Amino acid sequence: MAETTVNKPAAKPPSPTIENLKTIFKKLRKNKAAMVGGYLIIFFVIVAIFGPLFTTGSPSAIDPTNRMAPPSADNWFGTDHQGRDIFTRIIHGMSITLYIGFSSVLIGAIVGVFIGLVSGYYGKKVDAILMRCMDVLLAFPGILLALAIVSVLGGSLQNVIIAVGIFSVPMFARIVRGSVLAVRKLEYVDAVRALGASDTRIIFRHVLPNIMSPIIVQATLRMATAILTASGLSFLGLGAQPPTPEWGAMLSAGRNYMWDSPHIALFPGLAIVIVVLAFNIFGDGLRDALDPKTK
Amino acid sequence: MTTNLLQVNNLKQYFPIKGGIFGRRVNDVKAVDDITFGVREGETLSIVGESGCGKSTTGRAILRLDEPTSGEVTFNGEDLLSLSKGEMRKRRKDLQIIFQDPYASINPRQTVRQVLNEAMAIQNVVPKEKRLDRMMELMKTVGLGPHQLDRFPHEFSGGQRQRIGIARALAVDPKLIVCDESVSALDVSIQAQVLNLLKKLQKEFNLTYLFISHDLGVVRHISDRVMVMYLGKIVEIGDKKSVFDNPKHPYTKTLLSAIPVPDPNAKRDQIVLKGDVPSPIDPPTGCRFHTRCPFATDKCKNEVPELRNTGADMMKEGHNAACHYIEEIESGEMKPKYT
Repeated sequence: MAETTVNKPAAKPPSPTIENLKTIFKKLRKNKAAMVGGYLIIFFVIVAIFGPLFTTGSPSAIDPTNRMAPPSADNWFGTDHQGRDIFTRIIHGMSITLYIGFSSVLIGAIVGVFIGLVSGYYGKKVDAILMRCMDVLLAFPGILLALAIVSVLGGSLQNVIIAVGIFSVPMFARIVRGSVLAVRKLEYVDAVRALGASDTRIIFRHVLPNIMSPIIVQATLRMATAILTASGLSFLGLGAQPPTPEWGAMLSAGRNYMWDSPHIALFPGLAIVIVVLAFNIFGDGLRDALDPKTK
Repeated sequence: MTTNLLQVNNLKQYFPIKGGIFGRRVNDVKAVDDITFGVREGETLSIVGESGCGKSTTGRAILRLDEPTSGEVTFNGEDLLSLSKGEMRKRRKDLQIIFQDPYASINPRQTVRQVLNEAMAIQNVVPKEKRLDRMMELMKTVGLGPHQLDRFPHEFSGGQRQRIGIARALAVDPKLIVCDESVSALDVSIQAQVLNLLKKLQKEFNLTYLFISHDLGVVRHISDRVMVMYLGKIVEIGDKKSVFDNPKHPYTKTLLSAIPVPDPNAKRDQIVLKGDVPSPIDPPTGCRFHTRCPFATDKCKNEVPELRNTGADMMKEGHNAACHYIEEIESGEMKPKYT
């Protein structure tokens, strides 16, 4: 071994990031529930991408002769009040749901992380002002805030994403601010400051990479909340407009036929529950795995 | 005085204590309160004192890692505190710092190569194509192998990490290095290695050190001059030999009497102080040491003693102590009161 490394630099050792990922994955594997959640999420993503290719017919194809049919071999989840195949609509709705969840969390994370970084790093007045604004946002119940934003902007898929994104901002901002406060006091930050590094360099090169784990956990957990809130808004008719196969909207449409044909509301509802549950238990598991105090 | 590389005048560092709903300034922690001293080019000035006396705060204030409340820090004839943020960033090339905790002072996600490269890139001291050579040279200087260049901090021992910290500081060719308890976290054998490395580097690159430590043994080994601090004030400053052999201030005497002697049979008069260090929020009036000083009188309670040289023999030029009764204590006229 020693001879091979005389003059050449030794083989590149694994970076702490990769080492970390390995230990995190090890911890995560022990947590059965989290693994189930993780596999489900992977499955959802695959369904969202490839599912529509395998379904026959359009999600909005109406069949007036076959209205409100119960589940059968032809229509696995039955048909709705206009004769549309619910299974096809749920498969097509998967990508919409994930798209809403992902993009609203992305908006919330980008804005929230930025505010948290600025607030935590500069402190003092900047911090006080930004954090009071975040407190104002936090004071509203989530769905109410989203509702208010959507009613100002008008109901559409885009606006739902923006609304849910905005209401995710304070959560990210708070978590990031706290982590920044801890990291900024570390000596290596002082060391690069003493070298004359600019604030931007310190924030993005030295602070941000070291606070990624709480951000990732929060993003996963927010996905669940975001999906639920977006469905809620669509259920109230403020989100995706018909005939978009959005689950919340489907649930809302099926509500009128609950007694005669419960399957119309049942299947979209179940889909929402499973997706939200998967993100929640995966996020919880991830949080435990990323906690350096647990083994 | 004009030959000093670094001159600190009336430096004050107060940390505000906020209270109430509106974050009013209720009081201040007077961490460093009006200190004046100079460091000559190429020498090592040690700052000693117990925890919380303002040693590290002084170092950080000089580097403007914390903005001092007031005072003047003149480096190479230029007042650092009046520089703008951008100008200061450029000036940082000349002033570097080596930290106490080798485990916290390097970004765990950077390899040694990235650490050193970043230091050179920030100050742009070495053209890009020559940086690798310079890195190799630095590694060799601090006693690390070139094959360790692509390793991460967690793969090094404490002593090795401290060497990386030193290499990072050296990467920008500084003139003055503040060593903030730089060897305190290392065990004794490694301490000696790092201290000798620091000494060697000083000769090689004509470095000036401001060496902050609570370990008097280490201070004795490395310093040219020593400055003793108590509760944010300088109590005694002077040539190492003069201070160690002839301490004038009662506090310095106490401090020096606490150095362990490696002889179990040696008889020595260890002075043990009573009580705790008073809070720097409301420091005692007059001489800050009067609450614990065995010689204290009413004058000590009311008048702040100036740093002075008695002119008597044994007290060398440049050796100053801040006590009203240097002569009286020295002649045995005043006896310590132990209660």
